[in-house]
Amino acid sequence: MKIRVQNERFDAGAEMAAMSQGRTDIGALASFVGLARDLNEGSGVQAITLEHYPGMTEKALAAVVEEAAARWALLDVTVIHRIGRLLPGDPIVLVAVASLHRGEAFAACEFIMDYLKTRAPFWKKEETPAGTRWVEARASDDAAAARWIKP
Amino acid sequence: MTLRVLYFARLRERFGVAEESLAFGGTTAADLIAELRARGGVWAEELAAGRAFRVAVNQDIVAFDAALPDGAEVAIFPPVTGG
Repeated sequence: MKIRVQNERFDAGAEMAAMSQGRTDIGALASFVGLARDLNEGSGVQAITLEHYPGMTEKALAAVVEEAAARWALLDVTVIHRIGRLLPGDPIVLVAVASLHRGEAFAACEFIMDYLKTRAPFWKKEETPAGTRWVEARASDDAAAARWIKP
Repeated sequence: MTLRVLYFARLRERFGVAEESLAFGGTTAADLIAELRARGGVWAEELAAGRAFRVAVNQDIVAFDAALPDGAEVAIFPPVTGG
């Protein structure tokens, strides 16, 4: 399992290649990459700055990955989230999940993203032509995370 | 007891403070919020009932009725928007 919070750009392909390097037991490797967009809430976005809570961020991400590993049989997980100032088109987050079969890999990848969006202490601030603004949390993100609550 | 209180994102900017050491006579997170709200101004505004914010104690998000241990690191921040 690899969890990293960093300023630097990541190479999703290299990260995934590293996960399967030297092993032959992985049957499925699913991934998600979130990118900085140039449009949000109807206005242009020139850049975003990601702030986080050092210490809690790593702990919260580890807890999300642990919960995924308790639900599905996972062989490896990589989560990389960037902080600092990013430009449209820049990668923000990578979640990659290795398992025996695609079902677990797809589900766990989506679960980790949904929980990361609502539990990991990151905040986005956007630079728009009208000035800077903090991104507001979306109810749809809470709804996405709530889908995974077991009855 | 003494608490280390941290603020993040919009709250840090509006309060004009990232971190403070606070002598606290109450018991729960809700008591702390009430105490901060009593400062008035942006504190009363941002921490008003109905405003969305979260409280973490020693880096775990807690319910407002959670007791605060002496020396705790308490963080108050807006709902998260990463990913």
